[in-house]
Amino acid sequence: MAAMTVHLDVVSAEEQVFSGRVETIQVTGSEGELGIHPGHAPLITSLKPGMVRLVKQHGEEEMIYIAGGVLEVQPGTVTVLADTAVRAEDLDEQAAEEAKRRAEEHIANPGTDFDYAEAAVELAEAIAQLRLIRKLRK
Amino acid sequence: MASGKEIKGKIGSIKNTQKITSAMEMVAASKMKKAQDRMAHGRPYADNMLKVIGHIANGALEYRHPYLEEREVKRVGYIVISTDRGLCGGLNTNEFKRVTQDIKGWQEKDVEVAFAALGSKACAFFNRFGGNVMAAESGIGDKPSVSDIVGIVRVMINAFDNGELDRIYLVYNKFVNTMAQEPVINQLLPLPKSEDEALQHRWDYIYEPDPKPILEALMTRYIESQVYQGVVENAASEQAARMVAMKAATDNAGNLIDELQLVYNKARQAAITQEISEIVGGAAAV
Repeated sequence: MAAMTVHLDVVSAEEQVFSGRVETIQVTGSEGELGIHPGHAPLITSLKPGMVRLVKQHGEEEMIYIAGGVLEVQPGTVTVLADTAVRAEDLDEQAAEEAKRRAEEHIANPGTDFDYAEAAVELAEAIAQLRLIRKLRK
Repeated sequence: MASGKEIKGKIGSIKNTQKITSAMEMVAASKMKKAQDRMAHGRPYADNMLKVIGHIANGALEYRHPYLEEREVKRVGYIVISTDRGLCGGLNTNEFKRVTQDIKGWQEKDVEVAFAALGSKACAFFNRFGGNVMAAESGIGDKPSVSDIVGIVRVMINAFDNGELDRIYLVYNKFVNTMAQEPVINQLLPLPKSEDEALQHRWDYIYEPDPKPILEALMTRYIESQVYQGVVENAASEQAARMVAMKAATDNAGNLIDELQLVYNKARQAAITQEISEIVGGAAAV
């Protein structure tokens, strides 16, 4: 018997990253990691920068990086409204490394027009990207 | 009959106009490609956002956000998105006609109407039309950004929050395909309910963390995405309509030139015939 599936849409403001049936989804919610299986109760949560790991209908895995957004779960469908979404294999390690270094530097030597919240968000995004890239390599 | 020289002059001026319209057609065609791409990229997000909002509007949520409450309608607001430039066929006219029809329906029910105009054609129209123009903005250009349109939307949202408006509609030209654009009036606030039967029973979400911040964040994103999508759809419609209108103008100019050329040839032939008969008549008289 085929495994139970649920319809998933991952969209960002720029494009539709994924649309199709999946067996399970794993996302980084604002309160921690979430695993969604078919038949989950209605849920709405905000997402932190991190990855969306999904298992497609025949066991194939895919990773997507998102920079925050909103997750909605309905009995038949799951929707991820991401601010930015990038497929994991399209991520640029050097750029992420560079962004992380820059953000750390900013926090270490705050200038006059320094915005801590903004820098912290940048740092969190860069670290999340790097973690995903490392995970993908293993 | 007009003299040969006069007709020649007419043909020349039509040819000049034809050059302009055919250049405009080509410019619009290339701009349309880009505008269409921009629209296609934004559509999935706006559609999914609308789906989620439709679910929320149907739920029996523990936190009743003010945008969910249906109030008694005393004043409605229209955000009308139009083009900045003319020469795009009946695009704006059809849109404004649609809006005026809708407004008539409200006025019969003694409901006041207010507008926010986005684009110089809408600004001009609603100033002439009268009524309460709460905000106007023009010159958004071909590459609209969310920050350009957020100001005018804020004005309307604030009016809704303060109870000055009980309902807000968004009006723009929906891009169906190159040949067809249709004006649409979508309800922006309070949130439109989706007609999904499965959602009619009582249910609520599990929230992480609290309902209030999540819904607040979602509402801002919802309104921005819907208005932005309206603007880019309208931009794509504008270029498509202009391309079609300019193609028709170029073709018409071509027909006109052909007809005038025929008249010119006839006039020239008549002049030659007359000259010959004069010469022959003169020779016979000698």
